Amino acid sequence: MHPDLQLEGVQLSVGGRTLFEPLHARVHGGQCLTVMGASGCGKSSLLAFVAGTLDPAFVAQGSVQVGDRVLNGLPPERRRLGILFQDDLLFPHLSVGDNLAFALPAAVRPPALRRQQIDAALASAGLAGFARRDPATLSGGQRARVALMRTLLAQPLALLLDEPFSKLDTALRADFRRFVFEHARSRALPVLLVSHDEADAAAAGGSVIELGVGAA
Amino acid sequence: MGQAHDALSSRLGDRLDEDSSDGLSDRFRAASLLRWAPAITLAAFLLPIAAGLAGTLLPAMGWLPALGANSFSLAAWHTLFQAPGFVSAWQLTLFTGLLSTLLSLLLALGVVAFLHQRPAARRLGEWMAPMLAMPHSALAIGFAFLILPSGWLSRAVSPTLTGWELPPDVSTVGHPSGWPLVAALLLKEVPYLVLMTLGALNQINAAAQLAVARSLGYGPAQAWFLVVLPQVYRQIRLPVCAVLAFSLSVVDVALILGPSNPPTLAVLAVRWFADPDTRWVFPAAAAATLLMLTVLGSLLLWRGLEVLARQWLLHRTRQGVRSARSAVAAGLATALAAALLGAAATSMLALALWSVALQWRWPAFLPSAWTWDNWWRQASSLVPPTVTTLALAAVSTLLALVLVLACLENEVRRRPSGRAASGDPGIAGRRALWLLYVPLLLPQVAFLFGLQVLLVRVGADGNFWAVVWAHLMFVLPYLFLSLADPWRAFDPRYTRTALSLGASHWRVFWRVKLPILLRPVLLSSAVAFAVSVGLYLPTLFAGAGRIATLTTEAVTLSSGADRRVIATWAILQAAFPLLVYALAAALPRWLYRHRQGLAP
Repeated sequence: MHPDLQLEGVQLSVGGRTLFEPLHARVHGGQCLTVMGASGCGKSSLLAFVAGTLDPAFVAQGSVQVGDRVLNGLPPERRRLGILFQDDLLFPHLSVGDNLAFALPAAVRPPALRRQQIDAALASAGLAGFARRDPATLSGGQRARVALMRTLLAQPLALLLDEPFSKLDTALRADFRRFVFEHARSRALPVLLVSHDEADAAAAGGSVIELGVGAA
Repeated sequence: MGQAHDALSSRLGDRLDEDSSDGLSDRFRAASLLRWAPAITLAAFLLPIAAGLAGTLLPAMGWLPALGANSFSLAAWHTLFQAPGFVSAWQLTLFTGLLSTLLSLLLALGVVAFLHQRPAARRLGEWMAPMLAMPHSALAIGFAFLILPSGWLSRAVSPTLTGWELPPDVSTVGHPSGWPLVAALLLKEVPYLVLMTLGALNQINAAAQLAVARSLGYGPAQAWFLVVLPQVYRQIRLPVCAVLAFSLSVVDVALILGPSNPPTLAVLAVRWFADPDTRWVFPAAAAATLLMLTVLGSLLLWRGLEVLARQWLLHRTRQGVRSARSAVAAGLATALAAALLGAAATSMLALALWSVALQWRWPAFLPSAWTWDNWWRQASSLVPPTVTTLALAAVSTLLALVLVLACLENEVRRRPSGRAASGDPGIAGRRALWLLYVPLLLPQVAFLFGLQVLLVRVGADGNFWAVVWAHLMFVLPYLFLSLADPWRAFDPRYTRTALSLGASHWRVFWRVKLPILLRPVLLSSAVAFAVSVGLYLPTLFAGAGRIATLTTEAVTLSSGADRRVIATWAILQAAFPLLVYALAAALPRWLYRHRQGLAP
């Protein structure tokens, strides 16, 4: 069971303009909090703040915690938060298998065991035998699934989803959504999803926060 | 070729009565004219280079009818191999060339890996860009003023820290190991490679991929080396190879800072070519040929190192080790690069001080008496080479700009068309354009001598236009290298919009494209101008020693003249490229001060 992801009084402002009211939330392992709002409401910036990649032009208040660990001030590489973006962002110079190897912690040794875990991850994504493939030869849905497996292999403590379904076409979107939430649930990961699509929130099945209501 | 020429002139004729034609046929004719641009451009380059190479290779094999040598022999090679110090000269060449290239690349990559995600990166780029305009030889002279036993560095610490009452009796400039040569090459090549790498970053989605890599637990420097470097290296390979070829075969910097006995192979070749006893031409040609083989061999070796480095990075990627060592190395590289930048700035300052010093005894930190006389006394000898320098640079830059824009327009206009036949010279031209870089990948001395022989034969040696042509060979590739990316990245929808509003291609070019791309056009031209000002060997050979520029004079003077005299020449030599660069940077900024969309 993973520790909770907690936001305490999180508020962002840019150029003296406050983007939203202070945000309090606690996401248990295996649950999903969906943050909704029109574009420009600050939902992606909220995610960047949690991930530690917020543009310095923003002023942020409040704290982010995973369990007892306060993440504020930590560089992104030490937060152990997995992120999925709109684009799959598979590294084009690496094979599918090497993309996954990049994510797998070094403690997983020897090479034979690493390969075994990579193959298992691919199999669980319905992509058995794809390790040597060039990511560019995969379909959009396949790439999205590899991106999720890559994120999960790094053994994150929580999952951040930055509209990862919005660029997939409608048929794929429902499939991939189900795929992501099943994996998150089976690993009992707390999930923070930002989206402007009601269907995402419905599929996530957790609580929903609407941003930008009240603050103009 | 004759056929091509006829076709060209008939099209030129067509262009003249174009005013009466409608937009469609105008477009057709403009494209027809343009599609010969790559062929013309390449012919202007490759033919003289091929002739020049032949004119160097044949004498190396003992064949030079002009000197009565009509039979092939290996005597020149015997003379070369038996020459005192030959082995050391070759070793020195390899050591300085390979080491300075390797260090330049490692430092440049470290700097970018360290700074890419910090706001400092932009400012660093702005600080380093003027270094591109600095002529190598001016920088080398300034650096010599810094590191000489009686130079500014030892003055700064003497006698208080060192106890030296006299300049120490050690060798710095001209040290047999060649380290001052390596250091001076770093001063210039590190900023060059940093800027090339920063430019290449714009072409991949580096920021988003780095965000992913960091969320997977990698620090910014390590993420950059494992994720970004393998993707951008392809774009900086050509500049790196140019640095390698240049470092192995540089003449002016090696004359100023390198050891003299034995010197590097390139200096040895030039020295023998210039010997009054013409029999030395044959071993000189052999030395130049050997240098060319050395450069080609080094490029192959470099290719091998690239493969090894890529394998090693892939191996590290597969291991998944998150380590802080990359960050430490990148930080160290940045500190060193900053020190180099400081040394370059200090070198220029030392030149400036010497040029207005009346009296500057050792170990005083500053001159004790100041004067403008160094300038006034030399004014009459400074002016003619200055005029020549500026004319050469302006004419060769302008010609190069016309040719490069014609090549790029040709390429861009036929990019989306699937109609073009495979035999179309335009398409073939685009593929062949990498040949433009040949002058940057061969040692200059290997084809300039042959070219000079050719020029002598047609009676054009020492002619202003012959030197312009020789400059064009180096000015044009650099211009192409820096202008191609912005030109290709131009959003074609602007062009389509303007065409659909009824504007001709010609009008779109002048009224839409050029104004929008004014900044890169001017900055690339400034770089090209600086390249021309800094050229030493091409000016010397094509000018047959009779065309004096600031650079040829400064290099000649550097071997013995009064420091105050040398300083004025070197300062002037550096001042014009910097001034042109500053203007090129300021002009679009001022013109478009009310156009935020065109802000740099």
